Amino acid sequence: MSLYSLPWLELAIVLPLFGAVWVRRTRDVDTARLHSLAVCGLALLCTLAALTNFGGRWSVPGQWHVLVDLLARTPVAVDALNAPLLPLVSLLYLLTVLGTLRTKGVSFSFAGLLTSEAILLAALSCRQPWILIALLAAGTIPPWIELFAHGKPTRVYSLHMGLFVVLLVVGQALMSFDGGSSRLSVVASTLLMAAVLVRGGIVPAHCWMTDLFEHATLGTALLFVTPMVGAYAAVRLVLPVAPEWVLHGIAILSLVTALYAAAMALVQREARRFFCYLFLSHSSLVFVGLETATPIGLTGALCVWLSVGLSLAGFGLTLRSIEARAGRLSLDEFHGLYGHIPTLAGLFLLTGLASIGFPGTLGFVGAELLVEGAVKVSPFVGIAIVVAAALNGLAVLQAYFRIFTGSAHVASIDLRTRLPERVAVLALSALLLGGGLYPQPGVAGRYNAAAQLVRERDQRLAERRLSFRTSRTAAGVASNFQ
Amino acid sequence: MNYDALFTLFGISTVVSPAVLLAVVGLPGLVGRPLSERTTAGWVEAAVIAGLSTSIGILALMLLSGTRNVSIELGNWVSIPQEHFRFHVRFVFDRLSVPFAILSFVLTGTIGAFANRYLHREPGYSRFFQLYALFLLGMTVASLAGTIETLFLGWELVGLSSALLVAYFQERPTPVINGQRVWSVYRVADASFLIAAVALHHLTGEGDFAELTGQGAWPDGVASLTSHEALFVGLLLLVAAAGKSALVPFSGWLPRAMEGPTPSSAVFYGALSVHLGTFLLLRVSPILDASVWLCAAVVALGLSTAVFAALATRVQTDVKSVLAFASLTQVGIITAEIGFGLRYIALVHIIGHACLRTLQLLRAPNYLHDCRTLENAIGADLPHHAEFADRWLPARTRLILYRLSLERGYLDATIDEYIVRPFVRLFRWCDARERQWTDLLSAKRQAPAAGEQQNP
Repeated sequence: MSLYSLPWLELAIVLPLFGAVWVRRTRDVDTARLHSLAVCGLALLCTLAALTNFGGRWSVPGQWHVLVDLLARTPVAVDALNAPLLPLVSLLYLLTVLGTLRTKGVSFSFAGLLTSEAILLAALSCRQPWILIALLAAGTIPPWIELFAHGKPTRVYSLHMGLFVVLLVVGQALMSFDGGSSRLSVVASTLLMAAVLVRGGIVPAHCWMTDLFEHATLGTALLFVTPMVGAYAAVRLVLPVAPEWVLHGIAILSLVTALYAAAMALVQREARRFFCYLFLSHSSLVFVGLETATPIGLTGALCVWLSVGLSLAGFGLTLRSIEARAGRLSLDEFHGLYGHIPTLAGLFLLTGLASIGFPGTLGFVGAELLVEGAVKVSPFVGIAIVVAAALNGLAVLQAYFRIFTGSAHVASIDLRTRLPERVAVLALSALLLGGGLYPQPGVAGRYNAAAQLVRERDQRLAERRLSFRTSRTAAGVASNFQ
Repeated sequence: MNYDALFTLFGISTVVSPAVLLAVVGLPGLVGRPLSERTTAGWVEAAVIAGLSTSIGILALMLLSGTRNVSIELGNWVSIPQEHFRFHVRFVFDRLSVPFAILSFVLTGTIGAFANRYLHREPGYSRFFQLYALFLLGMTVASLAGTIETLFLGWELVGLSSALLVAYFQERPTPVINGQRVWSVYRVADASFLIAAVALHHLTGEGDFAELTGQGAWPDGVASLTSHEALFVGLLLLVAAAGKSALVPFSGWLPRAMEGPTPSSAVFYGALSVHLGTFLLLRVSPILDASVWLCAAVVALGLSTAVFAALATRVQTDVKSVLAFASLTQVGIITAEIGFGLRYIALVHIIGHACLRTLQLLRAPNYLHDCRTLENAIGADLPHHAEFADRWLPARTRLILYRLSLERGYLDATIDEYIVRPFVRLFRWCDARERQWTDLLSAKRQAPAAGEQQNP
């Protein structure tokens, strides 16, 4: 069998599932970690292979056409939107496992990690609404299991994720079976919008995120939020069908969240809550860009999605490594850890600055595009984005100063970075700086995805308008005969 | 002689040498393997000499060929042709950028040589030179920027390196707190700059200085903006310049920045970084010329800063703060000169002041030692001569001015009282309400207050 014709995407999804079953039977934490590392590495390679084969660049030998045709009927596929997201997510999972120290490995479930990776990759590869909704719902289960297993409170998380699932299901049901009624379509759009806002942690439905960061392991919380599944749901389920006012509603609420969360990040006393608010602010800016529904705004949002996903995941993983050494960090005091872990300090700063779009990093061009797209909608939106970014920049450096400077930390054990952590540092730095210095290919790719999304939206909206007109005409004719 | 090829070669080398330096000293540090002192010093010297030589080379070529304006196009860093979006990278060598670039290389080279000895065997030696390289790259890019986006790029690099160098002695909390303060002001300036850049794009469709200011070489360009547009954009740029150059009301950060090591104080806050705001005003001087009210604002800001700093410098109790406010006095005067339309005088003033202040700051520790030696020799304090204020102002006025100057105009205190504390109070209140809401949702029982009886 030719390598070209292997179902790489399907393999990338199935491998972690098998890996989860295998790792669950392993008692030793170190062995479980090694096996998970191997599985995540293979999954990453499979997603890269799927990405490389995207667009049918590889030709399929004749005798395998039947098999490939069969596989083509699976609901998962690579397209312009998810092409970079799949390897990004695989990389995040790999880096999480790589950066898991033994102190963290005891309480961290590698089987749960692999299961959630499989579900997430499947969700990000899926375009059919109901299967996507089922996967999004399934994706909320592993964190709940972890919270429950550790005896942590689950109520806040359960309430919000339950609400998310219910809104998704009811909204999509109304959308699918609206019978040509524009009123039902509006209700459906509103429900889907609400679902996306809950999942995205948009104010006021954001407290589940702070609660999750407080009670779950940091690795689980990071992997649950940083891929920004809410944004993906917004693009696949809401953007193609929602009327303008729904998009404006999302944009306004997201903008308020971006500013509010940026301000909240500045006053936090705990590192985890600080990170949560910082992430909320950035992810809200992605929503703002998505809901401009213009090619340039969408391009900016998709670029920021990638840059924020990578940089804040790296930021969070760095925080996780620091926590593994120093425990939960208070931002009310100076910890002075620089002398012990200068490499992590450097990465903390690099990832934090990349997330705010500092020049030379991956986020710079995305931030510029986002502002450009937002200003075309309204100059005040552009100004608000700039203000949010400025506040986030303040928060990042404040946290850096609190954690790494201000005193001389005395430690009785060696806190230096281990080799796997240095590898993770190198990989992240290379991506953040490389992508920042040579952004054109990424931007061109995101623009293609954005243009495709706009075309799909215009097409679907035109179809729905036609459908509403047809049903109104039919209702009118029926009433005449009566 | 093929001037174009030489201009391109020298121009690119001028920008590339600090970039190479940053890569060489920065990347090993990121993986925890910093270079040795000797290797670092060698690379710094090579990069500065290369950059200085090529910038002087460009100056010589411009004089030989009689060219006033040389533009080096590096093409589009990012472009989306369908949306008419592009991030154009262009460097311009003219009568403003070349002297400033040469000044940057000369002063940073001097400081590099000084710091190599001053920080010998300091634990933060590598860190200093990593930030030094970042600063040098930022200054070079900002000086030579041909588009507002490129200038912003350099502007940000300078800001980050400055803030981190203020917090250089990071084992103590005070430098770190001051570093955060400096960064806060810089973020306000950056936000203002970015909004101005976006506004310029949307008013004129251009970020390229040549398109904004017409094809005339600096300072003869004419802005393609109306008076009202120029006032709006110019005020935003003025806020950005005020933040960067520590003009009133942002002056509080400058003396705080003296917490950093003497070499960085000398080159950043005495010489280069503090003049970046005035450089920005010089670069966009055609926009200033388009609005009388804008010029009036620039003059008012400059003069008020100069008066404030002239008073404050007289009451400081440490030499670096004295020099910081003395520097600010001159920056205020330079700003006023720009507002009055004096371009070349302002540029010459910047160059002369930067060199003098660098010398004074580097000399400051030795100066104190010399003063003590003199006082020990004569067995008394050095004589103090009565100044204008002592002779002509009433005692009560002198007391009020003294108090005002000692408190540094109450600028920081005002910002803290009316902006920072209300902000923190408001959002801490929101945080408390959020925690209550989360506790309510999770049916978490509140701990009983002291004195309350618990149910059996």
